[in-house]
Amino acid sequence: MRSSAKGSRADGSPRVRPLRPLQHGFRVARALLASQYALMLEFRAEVLLWALAGLVPFVMLAVWIESPAGAALGMGPTQLARYFLAAFVVRQFTVAWVMVVFEEDALQGRLSPMLLQPLHPFWRYLASHVAEQAIRLPFVALIAALFFLVLPWAFWLPTPQRALLALAATILAFLLNFLIQCSMACLCFWSDRVNALERLIFIPMLFLSGMAAPLEAFPPALRRLAEWTPFPLLVHFPAQLLAGGEMNIAAGFTALAVWIAGLLLLVTLLWRAGVKRYGAMGA
Amino acid sequence: MGNPLGRYLLTLRRLWGTALAMQLEYQANLLLEVVAAIANLIGSLLLLSLFYGGGRALGGWSWPQALVVLGVYTLLEGITSTWLRPNLSTIVGHVQQGTLDFVLLKPIDSQFWLSTTRLSLMGLPEIATGLGLMIWAAAKAGIRTTPWLLCQTLLMLLASGLLLYSLWFLVATTSIWFVKTWNAIEVLRAALSAGRYPISAYPAAVRTLFTMVLPVAFLTTVPAEAMLGRLTLPWLLLSLMVACLGLALSRAFWQFALRFYTSASS
Repeated sequence: MRSSAKGSRADGSPRVRPLRPLQHGFRVARALLASQYALMLEFRAEVLLWALAGLVPFVMLAVWIESPAGAALGMGPTQLARYFLAAFVVRQFTVAWVMVVFEEDALQGRLSPMLLQPLHPFWRYLASHVAEQAIRLPFVALIAALFFLVLPWAFWLPTPQRALLALAATILAFLLNFLIQCSMACLCFWSDRVNALERLIFIPMLFLSGMAAPLEAFPPALRRLAEWTPFPLLVHFPAQLLAGGEMNIAAGFTALAVWIAGLLLLVTLLWRAGVKRYGAMGA
Repeated sequence: MGNPLGRYLLTLRRLWGTALAMQLEYQANLLLEVVAAIANLIGSLLLLSLFYGGGRALGGWSWPQALVVLGVYTLLEGITSTWLRPNLSTIVGHVQQGTLDFVLLKPIDSQFWLSTTRLSLMGLPEIATGLGLMIWAAAKAGIRTTPWLLCQTLLMLLASGLLLYSLWFLVATTSIWFVKTWNAIEVLRAALSAGRYPISAYPAAVRTLFTMVLPVAFLTTVPAEAMLGRLTLPWLLLSLMVACLGLALSRAFWQFALRFYTSASS
């Protein structure tokens, strides 16, 4: 960026000031976020419906509360209610849909102009996700308030420490999910029917992430198996932090960092190899 | 043109023949669906088994009995991807692009056309696993299948399928007014996932909700009861009534909605 700015100055246009990379980054980020927020605001009705479509944890809470299995686990109704509400909230802010959008952009040829811009297309998707979360926030707060209205005995405020840790874990979990989706989206360069894979990844997401049952309820062998996958980090770990359950905090954050670093590398490699193959749809 | 019923049956045969021929172009996708159906089954079984450790039972249903409910749920999921989703997802597109005009002009009932044109093979693996699970679990529960029991089960499955269709069609119809409501289908699907478990597994208030407001109980628990041979006559009649009511409601709502359809760009 710097060199191009200098170049244009050499051309004799006095108004272009050289920007330092950090400054430039801030400007791009602000412009992207503002435009994506405006775009997403148009879709607020859909965002509300998407938020409501994540009500699986509440259905599961109803079954768990009524079943004696919860008590056998050492989780009373209060603890269960808190866990599943936390799972709902965490899930709301870790959803990613890069695959769907990217496949559509690639198939419709919108990817080509995006590749010409001096900005990686994934930054645009990231901004769009963040903007959508901002619009989701009041809806989620409303649903949580309704939840406490129905089950007032479940109300709790996490300690400031736990709240901060949960927030950090949720942001990292979102990044992890985003990168998982990005790595699969890159497969669009090799096949034009990647959407079907989305269905496959949703299955372990439902059963292993902790959305349908706290991982503590799993048989030990299955739990160990699940913990070798990134899925419990996406919902169970941040949710337990928020709900005040006992967790190995250091291990969770380490696992998040390792997965994110690994996937970042994978996405970079896949992207480089993929763009070389890209022939633009219809060309 | 012959008698109307014959005409409709002939149309149906032609439509589905074309749909199937089209589907067979994508065999790799079908293979993927088989994998997904198996993974889904394993996941559902694992989840259900969490409620059965240490001699516990779920809402008074034994393990094989609860598996019958899960089988019915899987079957309905398969029916959804084979029949409901491919057809009803087109309504919103028709409204958006104004092509609903062409459908309305056809000399055939518009609801029939919109609900039957397409057929996808994608749900077949789930239909197969669902039916398999139902039959295997019923045998495991010690049920001897008599012709009467079979008739009863099929009748209740039919009622539950029609009820599911009515719910989907009601939501799809709202896109005549609000194009964006198609996402409401995802909310409906999430809510109907409660049908994985017998209705008695829920707390009393939720049970009432799932019987009176959103009839989840009639979708999976009632057919499962029929298969287990413990459905009482009043419930059988009630289930039939709810299904007929749902159909009539979807029909009336569609005709009501069409009065507000003004075509695109007008």
